[in-house]
Amino acid sequence: MQLRLERRAEPSRKMMVLSPLLAIVLALVTFFIIFVVMRIDALQALYLYFIDPLTQGWSIEDLLMKAAPIILIAVGLAFCYQANVWNIGAEGQLAAGAIAGSLLPVYYPHWQGPEVLALMMLMGIAGGMLYAAIPAFLKNRFNANETLTTLMLVYVANLMVDYLARTPWRDPNGHNFPNSAPFGPGQMLPVIFGDSVRLNVIFMLLAVLIAWFMTERTLTGFQIRVFGQSPRAAAFGGFSRKRMVYLAFLISGGLAGLAGICEVAGPIGNFRITVSPGYGFTAIIVAFLGRLHPVGILLAGLLLALSYMGGEGAQIALGISDQTTQVFQGMLLFYVLACDTLIYYRLKLVRPAKLEAVTAAG
Amino acid sequence: MGLVEGILLTIITAATPLLFAALGELIAERSGVLNLGVEGMMAVGAVTAFAAANATGYSIVGVAAGIVGGAAMGALFGVVVLVFATNQNASGLALTLFGLGLSGLIGNSYSGVPGLGVKNIHIPFLSDLPLVGRPIFGEDPMVYLVVALTIGVWYFLFRTSGGLVLRSIGDNHASAHALGYRVLRIRFLAVVFGGACAGLGGAYLSLVYTPQWAQAMTAGRGWIAIALVVFGTWLPWRIAIGAVLFGAVSILQLNAQAFGFGIPSQILSTLPYLITIVVLVVISRNRALLKVNTPASLGRTFVPDN
Repeated sequence: MQLRLERRAEPSRKMMVLSPLLAIVLALVTFFIIFVVMRIDALQALYLYFIDPLTQGWSIEDLLMKAAPIILIAVGLAFCYQANVWNIGAEGQLAAGAIAGSLLPVYYPHWQGPEVLALMMLMGIAGGMLYAAIPAFLKNRFNANETLTTLMLVYVANLMVDYLARTPWRDPNGHNFPNSAPFGPGQMLPVIFGDSVRLNVIFMLLAVLIAWFMTERTLTGFQIRVFGQSPRAAAFGGFSRKRMVYLAFLISGGLAGLAGICEVAGPIGNFRITVSPGYGFTAIIVAFLGRLHPVGILLAGLLLALSYMGGEGAQIALGISDQTTQVFQGMLLFYVLACDTLIYYRLKLVRPAKLEAVTAAG
Repeated sequence: MGLVEGILLTIITAATPLLFAALGELIAERSGVLNLGVEGMMAVGAVTAFAAANATGYSIVGVAAGIVGGAAMGALFGVVVLVFATNQNASGLALTLFGLGLSGLIGNSYSGVPGLGVKNIHIPFLSDLPLVGRPIFGEDPMVYLVVALTIGVWYFLFRTSGGLVLRSIGDNHASAHALGYRVLRIRFLAVVFGGACAGLGGAYLSLVYTPQWAQAMTAGRGWIAIALVVFGTWLPWRIAIGAVLFGAVSILQLNAQAFGFGIPSQILSTLPYLITIVVLVVISRNRALLKVNTPASLGRTFVPDN
């Protein structure tokens, strides 16, 4: 018996909707099996992971705060992947945004108020954009593979964050902890809902809306998609490939930078050695799970934020390693990609001819 | 042991895991499959090797387990990318995320446990020669394995008919398929071999280089290995030179950290990553040089039409 793919006459509309759901179900089943193998109460673990965080008010607020950066970044990455630009270094662009935006509160701690906050946000966006412009420039000018350059820059950015938090930016009154002095109330994103939902949730919703409008209703959105699907057609259409590469990188870098400054000027509250638990990588999964569509990304981002929340809960309640969350996320991406194939192909089980002959004779 | 001798020795040990992983990736890429999951395969190889060596007390069992762990990850990638014809970029990323998570999950209980280590060989007289004695005749056995592997990979690719078939599949899968070669089967074997090599590289890290297990101990070496394949323009001996150069950079920056020079350690630690970028730029800007040896079907999916 052998699995074969058979091309469908046209892409299946049913599978477009079903494939992400199928991927989630398969990932949950595999997750269940992993827990059974690890001799952990699998049902309780799944409950802790995916249901328990939804039962309390504070945890739903926390969920939104975790989903906000992931969705913000994923919306930007979707532009890249549609244009066939492989920016996988959003984690580094997030760090660059956090660094750039933190310049003001670190060096001018007494300057507080809405105008400072607005400046911090803009600087965060600019930091992310500048950092993403490096691989874009190297790709356009020197033909350097952006997958590798963006990823190398993640390591560089994280080392810079580590250096800044431990040495020049360290709070002298902070008992030697590797973090800056806490930001002042006028340098923090205001809480807009409940006890902990901050303004960045609005940024996230705006980004989703604008991205939806851009992809569906503007020429730029159309050009980006043409580039991904048929670079030759785009060239004949007179669209500039280099311009597209810059655009995709600047949009995704800017959004990742905004996510970065919103983390330090939000839930974290100061600058420290780690500014993100891997949101930049999770966003890649979210972009694909959401089928590179803003609305899909919104839903996918909430699910993956849930896995972060659940991971923390399960770690406390059952002593499960926090790496379990990463295993789930990686697995989910595999399933998403495999299920997406079903949109264009049908799976067929083929018996090799020899085997058939033997069974016929028997 | 003199200072120069010591530095040469450590440069070679730093180059070895990179070279293992890069040679595996070379075979996969020559067959037309771009596997960005090397980092994940290395991480899994590192933890399975450490666990097996720790359980049995034999480093050799650890090495075998590293190979098996890496090969299993390669097989997983092969199934997803070849049977389900998924996008190779994204699937490789998934493999890295999955592998790093899985290695953390398995390795959690080994954190801080001392490892076995592997003894360097000692040949009377030869190993005691000044300067060249230790670096050439007194390394650990896996260094000699990676040298043999480099020669073997070169021989296979350019001196055997199997290598010719592999390269033709990487250059034009449609023609190779029309000639009756089993494109997907051969690619699958190439990817599994790549995984096994990455697993060896990981095993070297946790058994020899720093005999212990730590979360994210691969520290981007899998990605550097992928860059090395580009740096070496898909030729084994150039990749080997590249690995030694990278080994040298990482050792020199470590020594610079020890001496201080007033430069923060984190800034020095960025050097291997920055140099990877610089090297990529220098190689990639020469499009003619790249075109000669880049497998023409690299990264493109293939679905047989019957």
